[in-house]
Amino acid sequence: MNQAGFPILSLLTYLPLLGVVYIATLRGAEEAVARQARQGALAISLLPLALGVYLWTQFDPTQAGYQFVESAAWFPGLDIQYRMGVDGISLFLILLTLVLTPIAILSSASITKRGRSFFAALLLLETMTTGMFAAADFLLFYVFFEAVLLPMYLIIGVWGGEKRIYAAVKFFIFTLAGSLFMLLALIWLWHHAGTTDIVTLLHTPIPPAAQLWLFAAFLASFGVKAAVWPLHTWLPDAYGEAPVPGTIMLAAVLSKMGAYGFLRFAVPMLPQASAAAEPLMFTLGVVAVIYISFVALAQTDMKRLIAYSSVAHMGVIIIGIFTFTVEGVEGALFQMLSHGIVIAGLFVCTGVLLARGEGLALSRLGGLAVRMPAYAALLMLFSLANMGLPGTSGFIGEILVIVGALKVNFWVSLLGGAGMILGAAYMLVLVRAVLFDKFTRPELAQVSDLNAREYAMLLPLAALVLWLGIYPSSFTHMFDASVASLVQAHTAALSSHTALAMVTQK
Amino acid sequence: MTSLLPILPALLLGFGGMALLLVGVLTKPEPAGFTTWGAIVLLVVAALVSCAAPDTLLFHGLLKTSLFTRFADALVYTAAVAALLLALDYNRKEGIARFEYPILVLLGVLGMVVMISAADLMSLYIGFELQSLALYIAAALARDSVRSTEAGLKYFVLGALASGLLVYGISLVYGFTGTTSFAALAGLLGANIGYGAVIGLVFVIVGLAFKISAAPFHMWTPDVYEGAPTSVTALFGTAPKAAAMALFLSVMTGPFGHLLAQWQMIIEILAIISMALGALAAIGQTNIKRLMAYSSIGHMGYALMGLAAGTEAGIQATLIYVAIYVVMSFGAFACIIAMRRRGQAVEKISDLAGLAAQRPGFAFAMALFMWAMAGIPPLSGFFGKLYVFSAALNAGLVTLVIIGIITSVISAFYYLRVIKVMYFDAGAPDFDAVPASVNFVMAVGAAVTALFILLPAPLITAASAAAKALMG
Repeated sequence: MNQAGFPILSLLTYLPLLGVVYIATLRGAEEAVARQARQGALAISLLPLALGVYLWTQFDPTQAGYQFVESAAWFPGLDIQYRMGVDGISLFLILLTLVLTPIAILSSASITKRGRSFFAALLLLETMTTGMFAAADFLLFYVFFEAVLLPMYLIIGVWGGEKRIYAAVKFFIFTLAGSLFMLLALIWLWHHAGTTDIVTLLHTPIPPAAQLWLFAAFLASFGVKAAVWPLHTWLPDAYGEAPVPGTIMLAAVLSKMGAYGFLRFAVPMLPQASAAAEPLMFTLGVVAVIYISFVALAQTDMKRLIAYSSVAHMGVIIIGIFTFTVEGVEGALFQMLSHGIVIAGLFVCTGVLLARGEGLALSRLGGLAVRMPAYAALLMLFSLANMGLPGTSGFIGEILVIVGALKVNFWVSLLGGAGMILGAAYMLVLVRAVLFDKFTRPELAQVSDLNAREYAMLLPLAALVLWLGIYPSSFTHMFDASVASLVQAHTAALSSHTALAMVTQK
Repeated sequence: MTSLLPILPALLLGFGGMALLLVGVLTKPEPAGFTTWGAIVLLVVAALVSCAAPDTLLFHGLLKTSLFTRFADALVYTAAVAALLLALDYNRKEGIARFEYPILVLLGVLGMVVMISAADLMSLYIGFELQSLALYIAAALARDSVRSTEAGLKYFVLGALASGLLVYGISLVYGFTGTTSFAALAGLLGANIGYGAVIGLVFVIVGLAFKISAAPFHMWTPDVYEGAPTSVTALFGTAPKAAAMALFLSVMTGPFGHLLAQWQMIIEILAIISMALGALAAIGQTNIKRLMAYSSIGHMGYALMGLAAGTEAGIQATLIYVAIYVVMSFGAFACIIAMRRRGQAVEKISDLAGLAAQRPGFAFAMALFMWAMAGIPPLSGFFGKLYVFSAALNAGLVTLVIIGIITSVISAFYYLRVIKVMYFDAGAPDFDAVPASVNFVMAVGAAVTALFILLPAPLITAASAAAKALMG
């Protein structure tokens, strides 16, 4: 058994299913059921969060490998087992999921239509996402990775905006098309190594010729999920059309799945191919940062603007991962956390406006700071964090990535760093259009400031933004060892290969 | 007595069917309920007996029982029981509750059992014809309906053509080798084989491909699926498919086992065309039964992928795929049979609009089956695909797998459309209450489909043992 003495990761993963069962038993009038379902889902989602915090306290930061490992027989005859484990890379992504689910549930007060199904889907989504980050077996990972599509498809399609059906189908088909290529890679690796255990796969050398194909397959699936330019086109539609809680989960957690996949599979398993793909990934990252920032600048809808800013930030994360330096990878990981929290905060802010019956068209907002000072302060904080102001979480991630990139390539560092300036441009446009300027409509003078429920969503996020920004080492400390061993293994794999190549040349 | 045990299930089905027929003829009014339950009991007893039967060769090598035949038999029995349960209420409401239907099913199953166990081209053909004739009549069960009789006639004419091709192929093989026994053929059909036998092989493959409705021999499928009463379609979609696929496996690996080089390409092409046609042609369908027809063509393509690999792992993969497919399929047909508004069966996809809001459980079950058919994990359908892809990739059939992946994505689109209609579109289907028997089949199918992931071991081990028994 593991150091917790009980299967803590499985418990974390499957506790939300209890909520699904509870919600399925609710009966009565539609609105009452929706309220009960929301309360039940919220209560249930706090349990894994508490367990997650316990996991954090018990986590041993000096170990690089998997901890709290669980395994059980699953598929006979083939070496496919049910394996769960957590290391420095996945620990905070699990925690991010656990923190954001209750917040997403809180933000769904406006969901009254078919509430039971909605909250059941949200809890299922939590199970799938946590399970995916905690999986220590490739097949198990794949199962969770794909299964996320099912609840998300329904969340976008049933409770989304006007173009919800188009957005839901596009989201589903794009992701499925990508992941099936990963399935191909998975099967290949399975036959190559004889197992789907991630640890064994990490230590199985793969011929460089095959690595390129595998990398292409991973790029197809993780690239779509992480919305790497030019595979991002599903994202603005999905983010824009999903209901606010769905957008929060999509932007804050699901987009991290792709980046996590790169960190967990593509980089450590395919060192030669990822080194060879470095220029490509840098280019994609830089294009995302610069081009998408301009696209964000041109948006007229608050939600879509934030969605595009999310794509731009994914560019930074991709650059960080592919620097293969400790700073760069840590920066990318940090940025994943920070971006998850900041973007969730921003989308909660859009939800606040929607709850007041306001639209999100920038041209029809303005002057809200007068009537909503608390809201204005928090939106400002998240916007500043999104552009990477020092003292906020966004700064640490960006600066680490820039430093990491600087070690590798000056231009990548410069152009990737330009994202901070462009970020300031579009975020300030957003803030001005929403909070300042003049009232565009007389009704805007009547809106009320945040209520208790909205404070309960925004204050924890704001606190996290500041915590990450002011005392980052409480987080980086936890993933130092894992990242260092990842980078070391990568360097070692590359140098042994070059050494081998030199020997064969002679 | 021991020597009779392996054939006892077939005897039970045959004699039981005759006894039920007598009861049916002599009793007034038509005892449709009684014969249905009788047939179900007979099938269950036959299934249990067949599980206990030992491995043996019967009637001088005409029939052979092994773990493989028991695996396939179990699938056929399960599917037939499910189809009869679905027919109970449906046939009564449609006014086609004739006592002959369960007896036809029994005789059809008898044919399937014989063809699964066949160890000789003659017994193969007899089983093949027995099940075909029973099914031709079943397709035209609603004899006052033009569509149903047309379906029956169409199925009969095309089926007769396929049978003709099959028997022609058999005659060629016999002519060039001088034997019809699988074991003897396997010894004779070695490296230096004449063109005649190869042409015979091709004709045999065509006949079998017709039965599993693999493209391009699928033409009958959409029309028969649509025209036949839904309860009969539910049978067509499951039991005969499983039986014919099992026969396909045993013929290809048995007598023609050494001719892998000759038939592998043909099977690959069949698989590719079936997958592509299943994916593309289903997109435009508005009738859910036609959609299921094209979907089943596609699924047979995936199942053939395992056979195309030609390895033991491939056979295992095909068996797993077919087993999972049978469950998904009768589950989906349970949902389709439950589509009934004010006593009238409806079968348009658009009739499902708004179902999720009115009947969340029903819609969720249907969504599960659609997702499983699209091969999305964690549902069972994914693992079927995983196994066939893996077997094919391992045998070096990369192109085949990539085409399979592409068609999976395309077909996901139309499965998603059904879910879209149920969940996203506004509407009020106002379906009638679902009878308990249909609910039962739906629930069993949904539970197996959703929870397979928790306990995959029994099926995987059984399929592995069956594949081993077949490949010897």
